[in-house]
Amino acid sequence: MLWSALNLTLGYNATLVTIGATLLGIATGISGTFLYLRKNALISDAISHATLPGLGAAFLFMTGVGLDGRNLIGLLGGSAISAALGLMIVTWLTTKTRLSQDAAIGSVLSVFFAFGVVLLTVIQALPSGRQAGLETFLLGSTAGMLFNDAVLILVLGAITTSILVLFRRPIILVSFDSTYAKTLGISPQKTDYLVLAVALAVTVIGMKIAGLILIVALLIIAPVAARFWSEKSDIIILISAIFGGLSGYLGTAISATAPGLPTGPIIVLCSFVLFLVSFLLAPRRGVLAAARSFWVFQRTVHMTQGLLLIAQNQPIYEPKTKRILQRRGFIRADGVATQAGRALAAKTLLNERRWSFWRNKMQQTGNLDESIVYSLVSIETKLTPDQIESIDRGLSEEQQERV
Amino acid sequence: MGSDFVALSLPPLLIGLCASMACALPGNFLILRKQALIGDAISHVVLPGIVVAFLVTGQVSTWPMMIGAAGAAITAVLLIELIRRVGRIESGAAMGVIFTSMFAAGVLLLEQSDTSQVHLDVEHALFGNLESLIWLDAEGWASFFQIKALAGLPVELLRMATVLLAVSAFVYIFWRPLALICFDEPYARTRGIAATALGFALVTLTAIAAVAAFDAVGSIIVIAMIICPPATARLMVNSLRSQVIYSQVLAIMATVLGYMFAGYVPLWLGFSNTLSAAGMIASMSGVFLACAALFGPHRRRNI
Repeated sequence: MLWSALNLTLGYNATLVTIGATLLGIATGISGTFLYLRKNALISDAISHATLPGLGAAFLFMTGVGLDGRNLIGLLGGSAISAALGLMIVTWLTTKTRLSQDAAIGSVLSVFFAFGVVLLTVIQALPSGRQAGLETFLLGSTAGMLFNDAVLILVLGAITTSILVLFRRPIILVSFDSTYAKTLGISPQKTDYLVLAVALAVTVIGMKIAGLILIVALLIIAPVAARFWSEKSDIIILISAIFGGLSGYLGTAISATAPGLPTGPIIVLCSFVLFLVSFLLAPRRGVLAAARSFWVFQRTVHMTQGLLLIAQNQPIYEPKTKRILQRRGFIRADGVATQAGRALAAKTLLNERRWSFWRNKMQQTGNLDESIVYSLVSIETKLTPDQIESIDRGLSEEQQERV
Repeated sequence: MGSDFVALSLPPLLIGLCASMACALPGNFLILRKQALIGDAISHVVLPGIVVAFLVTGQVSTWPMMIGAAGAAITAVLLIELIRRVGRIESGAAMGVIFTSMFAAGVLLLEQSDTSQVHLDVEHALFGNLESLIWLDAEGWASFFQIKALAGLPVELLRMATVLLAVSAFVYIFWRPLALICFDEPYARTRGIAATALGFALVTLTAIAAVAAFDAVGSIIVIAMIICPPATARLMVNSLRSQVIYSQVLAIMATVLGYMFAGYVPLWLGFSNTLSAAGMIASMSGVFLACAALFGPHRRRNI
């Protein structure tokens, strides 16, 4: 069952939903990355909740003028307008009043959503409102997905994400250094509007499938997961698109295998699993890699300290240092250094002397990078032979002066 | 203003008042600490907590659900901190990952479990059931002096009032340290205040208020009341003490006016249906915020 769902051979409707959700995942993955890099991830929460009153108002308006209230284009248009209004209010509150952005986001999302709920109770009171089915927008529903919906997602998703991909250079520049971007003539405000407009479009498109509450998850989780794997923005965008698409694809396939497995939540949980894997296993930024590099760092510190003590003929008291040195055969069980230990100790001491000479010199000229722990790296890997030679000359001059 | 009012409107109104005030009070400190959205996160993760409690006990009873919800809220707060620190993720995104995932898990569990016989669904969780918290034993104002009738008061009222008292006591006792960690946390630390513990206590208390309120009035009021009245007050006055007092007054006004607009005004205008009280109360608090943002004397940033 799962296999045929993954193969897209589970029938017309299931295939349509799978393709639609995969495309949606890719689109949210890409646009969410830009929000995340700009530290704006939760603004998607405001966007999605602010769609509700527009949805209700559009239904009421269309019914009022005698059209079919459930017309999808009309409903999505209404939600887009109210979400845009919500976004404008968030921006206005953040820039023009002393409220911080989180308070602005929170107030807009709760008030808009609450007003949307009021409108839903109005609609339920109407004779035509009982079958409005607007509640499906809350949690999403893929059951009634039509071919046109899939095409709509494809076309709008393709347009919006290609806009972002085209303008990714200025947007990313603003995300990392908005002051510098300004000096280049890029307006951070304009790129922000662009990203928000695309996020809004993707939210509105995806509402029908994922539901307006869970679309936030799609915009946030895949980008956060992708961030673990790379430091390069292009690659993060690519990975985020892959993660988003993969969770849409796997999520719909899994939910097709049994009745009562709602698509939206399953897609979200799939992307959460991808997040968890990234969080734990990603090289460099993942938890395991971080723990390992901490362990290596700790071991290097103990080794260096111990070897310096050996070189200066001082006893080692720290048990962990002793254990590490003994295991590598640099000292014997009684604490006396071995031949190999003495050789390495002399080398470590020389390294330390050279670095401290260089550090002093750099400090005098004000060029010292304080963030590096110099004693732990071999000087040969960082400086050229010429530089080391001049350090050695300086060291021997110092020694002569002292004599 | 007769017996109908006492039996049908007064209990929901009082419960709404207690809920609004209990949420707005800690909200004052949360918005200053830029943690306003914690209320949003909590009200989403309450859903899986309640569903798990239901699956464990097999019935819709108050205490297990409250414990489940509070447990889920605290789990979420801890998880957010964990992935924020260990994964070096910005706090907004960390929050977004955790609360949406837990909410999704809650919806999935709800759909999977057989809850058709009980009143447990996502919409109830969002919108609450304020209007149904009625006092059937009441026959008028005099019922407040009859022990037998008082026993029939909705339990939510007593619970919400207790929570309001607890929150007020916390704020009263820890007033100075709370004010310090809001405005100058490093300084507070040098004065020997356990800022991390106090911050966590604040969030936990908010979670308890949110969970208790959530059961009675739905999550919309909770989020709106944690943020809107304090934010409105912040745009109107400049001292923390007056901000807290204003926020309480605003919470009361929003609840009373919102309840009236939802329950009475449509009937006066000749419509036959009432509107969602929870939604209307939250909308009113938004109207106040809009006015303060446009005209509040302290709306601009001090430069």
